[in-house]
Amino acid sequence: MTAKMTPSGSATDLIPLAAHRRILHGDLGGKILLGLMAALIVLVPILNLAVPSDSPLHISTYAVTLMGRYLCFALLALSLDLVWGYCGILSLGHGAFFALGGYAMGMYLMRQIGDRGVYGDPVLPDFMVFLGWEELPWYWLGFDQFWFAAFMVLAVPGTLGFVFGWLAFRSRVTGVYLSIISQAMTYALMLAFFRNEMGFGGNNGLTDFKDILGFSISAPSTRVALFVASALALALSYLICRAIVRSRLGRVVTAVRDAEPRTRSIGYRTDRYKVWVWTVSAMLAGLAGALYVPQVGIINPSEFSPLNSIEAVVWVAVGGRGTLFGAALGGALVNYAQTLLTAWLAELWLFVLGGLFVAVTLFFPRGLVGLLRRREGS
Amino acid sequence: MQWLDDTRAFMRRDQVFDIVRPVASSGRVDTRHGPILYLEDVTVSFDGFRALDALTLYIDDGELRCIIGPNGAGKSTMMDVITGRTRPDNGAAWFGQRLDLLRMDETEIAQAGIGRKFQKPTVFPRHRVVENLELAMAGPRGVWSALTARLDRSTRERIDEVLEEIGLADQGRALAGQLSHGQKQWLEIGMLLMQDPRVLLVDEPVAGMTHQEMDRTAELLTRLAGRHSVVVVEHDMEFVRSIARKVTVLHQGSVLAEGSMEEVQSDPRVIEVYLGE
Repeated sequence: MTAKMTPSGSATDLIPLAAHRRILHGDLGGKILLGLMAALIVLVPILNLAVPSDSPLHISTYAVTLMGRYLCFALLALSLDLVWGYCGILSLGHGAFFALGGYAMGMYLMRQIGDRGVYGDPVLPDFMVFLGWEELPWYWLGFDQFWFAAFMVLAVPGTLGFVFGWLAFRSRVTGVYLSIISQAMTYALMLAFFRNEMGFGGNNGLTDFKDILGFSISAPSTRVALFVASALALALSYLICRAIVRSRLGRVVTAVRDAEPRTRSIGYRTDRYKVWVWTVSAMLAGLAGALYVPQVGIINPSEFSPLNSIEAVVWVAVGGRGTLFGAALGGALVNYAQTLLTAWLAELWLFVLGGLFVAVTLFFPRGLVGLLRRREGS
Repeated sequence: MQWLDDTRAFMRRDQVFDIVRPVASSGRVDTRHGPILYLEDVTVSFDGFRALDALTLYIDDGELRCIIGPNGAGKSTMMDVITGRTRPDNGAAWFGQRLDLLRMDETEIAQAGIGRKFQKPTVFPRHRVVENLELAMAGPRGVWSALTARLDRSTRERIDEVLEEIGLADQGRALAGQLSHGQKQWLEIGMLLMQDPRVLLVDEPVAGMTHQEMDRTAELLTRLAGRHSVVVVEHDMEFVRSIARKVTVLHQGSVLAEGSMEEVQSDPRVIEVYLGE
C-alpha cells in the first residue's frame, strides 16, 4: 500500500490524500459511533413500534425520547470539541448557539399551532395575544414554512457565530478572555430573551407545541422519527467534522491551537481559519438545539444559561477532547448518568458534575477515551 | 481638524489623489536595480530604548549576508521589522522596489516571499514531521483551498526530497515535539525550504548543533544563496567565517561596519565593540 504512492514508501503516506478519501481510516472510535447510530436507527423503531408493549424487549416512547435528547447533547458536545479540541478555543457560550437553533425550531412549532391555542388566534401565538399585540413581528414571518425554519436553524447561529468570531478573532482575543466574552454573550442573550418585549415568549419561552410537518408531536411514531433524525444528524455531523479535521484545513487549525504566531508567520491568516471553524461549530450546535426542542416540547431562556454551556464543556472533557467521538460519548454518557442520579439524589447532581470535572482534569486529562487507549496500550 | 486637512488635501491641484496612485503593496517582487531588501533610516524604540537607530541596510538579490553584533545590537528587532511583527517608528522598508513592507501585515509578507527561521526553534509539536513540512509548503493559503487541498505526487516527492535534505528521512512519522533540539532546527530549515521564499531570514541556525551538523548547515545555506537571498544572524564566529562573503556588524541599532570577514575583523571600531577596549 505504501510503496505505490511514493517511490520511497515514505512517511508522507500518513498525510491523507484528500479529506474525503477513506474518511474513517484508522478511526476505530468513529466506526463504532457510526455503527452504533446505524444499529439504533434500525432497532429503536422496531423495538418501539413493532414489538408489543408487554414484551421485555419493548422500548417505551419515553425512553426513545430520552435517548433522542442524549443524542442532541452528543451533537452539541461534538460541535464544541471541534473548536475546543482541535482549534483550542474554549467556548463557554456554546449553549447560546444550541438555544438559538432551538428557538428557530420552536418558532416554527408555534406557528404550526394555528388557531388551536388558548386564545384561538389563527396567526398570533398565545403569548402575543396575552401581551395585546396586534400583529406578528417581522422576524416571525416565514416561520410557518418548515424549509425556512430549517434554514434559520443553521443561519441564525451561523450568523451570530460569524459576527462574534470575526470581531473576536480579528482583534486577536484568545484564551481565557475569549472564554469570558463567549460566556458574556450567552448571558446577554439570556437576559434579552427573558424580556417579553423581545417577542419570544419571555420567561415562559415557547411551548404547547402540537404538530411538526403535519404529524402530532406526541405520537410515538413522530417521537421515533425525531429520534432517527437525531441519530442521522449525529452521524452526518460526525462525518463532516471528521472530514474537516482530516483535511489540510484541519491540520492548519490544530497548528493554530499549538502555535498560532508560528502559523501566522508561515503565511496563514489564522483569524479566518478560526472564524470558519467557529461558524461551522455554531451551526452544528444550532442543529442540535433544533432537534432537541421538539423532543422536550419546550424552549425557554434558561437554555441560554451559562451553566448549560459549562456543562457541555464538562461532557467534552469527560469524553476526551480532541477525539470527536469521545466528546459525543461524553455528551450522551454524562447525561445518562444525570438521569440516573437525579432520580434518587437530585440535589447531589451538581456536586457530582463538579467533582467529575475536577477528577477528569486532574487524573484523566485525555478523558474516557484516553483511559481506554492507555489500557489498550499497557 | 482632520477634516480640514482632508479638504485641503482634496483641493490641491499639484498632485494626484492617493486613490489613483498605484498601490505600493501589490504585484511581484521587482529587483531590477539589484537589492531585494531595502531598509532605510529604520528606527524602533521600546520605552525610550532605541533598539534600531536609523538603520540603513540593503540586501542584494541572491546574496548570502551574515549579520553579527553583540547582544542587544538590534538583530532580532531588524528581522521583526522585515517580517511585519514590529512596526518601526520611522523609516522605510521595501521588498524589491514595489512592495512596501510597512503597509503589509505579517501574513502578506510571508505570502509575498519572506520566510523566517526563529532563534528558538518553533515547530508544530503535535504534528508529524511530514505534516510540518506540508503546512509550510508554498501554495494558496485560503480557508477553502485548505479544505479541498489534495496531496499530489509531485508535492509528496518534494516533501521526501526535503526530508532527505534535512536528514530526517527516518523521522518523517515522528511527532515534531519529540525531536531533539538540533533536529527541530533542521525541521525549521526544512519548513523554510518548503516555503520556497525569495528571502530567507535565518536567526541563529546552528545553536545547539554539533560540529558535523554545523558543516552541513553551512553547506546548505551556501547552496541556497543565489536562487534565494539568505540573511543569517549568528553568534558563532567560526560558523560565520565558514559561510560569509559579506558581513554586516550591527551595534546599538545601526550599522557599524560592512565588508568581507577580514575587513570587518580588522576594523578598529569592531574590535573595540567586541573586545570592549
